[in-house]
Amino acid sequence: MFITRKAEFSASHVCSNPAWSAEENRRVYGPDANPNGHGHNYVLEVTVEGEPDPVTGMVFDLRELKQILNQEVIEPMDHRFLNREVPPFDRVVPTTENIALEIRNRIQPHIHRDGVRLRNVRLYETADLYVDAAAEATGKE
Amino acid sequence: MMRLTRRYRFAASHRLHSPALSEEENREVYGKCANPYGHGHNYVLDVTVEGPVDDNGQVADRMSLDRLIRERVLVRMEHRNLNQDLPEFASAVPTTENLAAAIRAMLLEHWTLRPRLAHLRISETDRNTFDLEVSAS
Repeated sequence: MFITRKAEFSASHVCSNPAWSAEENRRVYGPDANPNGHGHNYVLEVTVEGEPDPVTGMVFDLRELKQILNQEVIEPMDHRFLNREVPPFDRVVPTTENIALEIRNRIQPHIHRDGVRLRNVRLYETADLYVDAAAEATGKE
Repeated sequence: MMRLTRRYRFAASHRLHSPALSEEENREVYGKCANPYGHGHNYVLDVTVEGPVDDNGQVADRMSLDRLIRERVLVRMEHRNLNQDLPEFASAVPTTENLAAAIRAMLLEHWTLRPRLAHLRISETDRNTFDLEVSAS
């Protein structure tokens, strides 16, 4: 069974490679490269997979999952300029893909117990764009 | 491997009616969707691509993806009558199932992006959604 917890955070970012010219960054990242940054209301959906515990009837305690997301994602990232305030985005370009991978890496160690695993991290940058970082690179959903 | 999904929209009309069926059978199978002059929807198309994250931190270049979807699909669908304006539906009934398969064919015929096409989801209305997984070949 899969259970999914949603969380939201608002943050600003700029996508540019400091080794490139402004024109090159503009060509690759479009308006995401505007130098002073811009913001999004990011929506995060974290999916955990497992069988319900026979005693509690739960796959994973959703309150605990909420605490993990608060501690690892919301507190450090909400209302922050990712490039300036949230490592590793001082040196890793904060594309939606890289933010999702960073979130996956941050929460993965907390969801390690028998029969339960992190299944997917879905991150919406806008309602019209999201990425899925599957916990294992199976190439399938 | 990672997936990126981008949402697009287009408005089009269609009529669900098969010449292989009688008027009564068409009415029974397709209900209001068989009304003779057609009707329209605001379709929502979610296109999912899959691939490794490149050195730019991206699965897909958004501008290239947008251009491909616009040129191959949206310009052909937007404010069109699917039955009359698209040769794909000269004989096939433009159900959303068939529409999804037609869009898959339109895209795969001229796929120029590095990540592969992995999934299509089309919503005809908020209540009807159709998913088509595209196998890795």
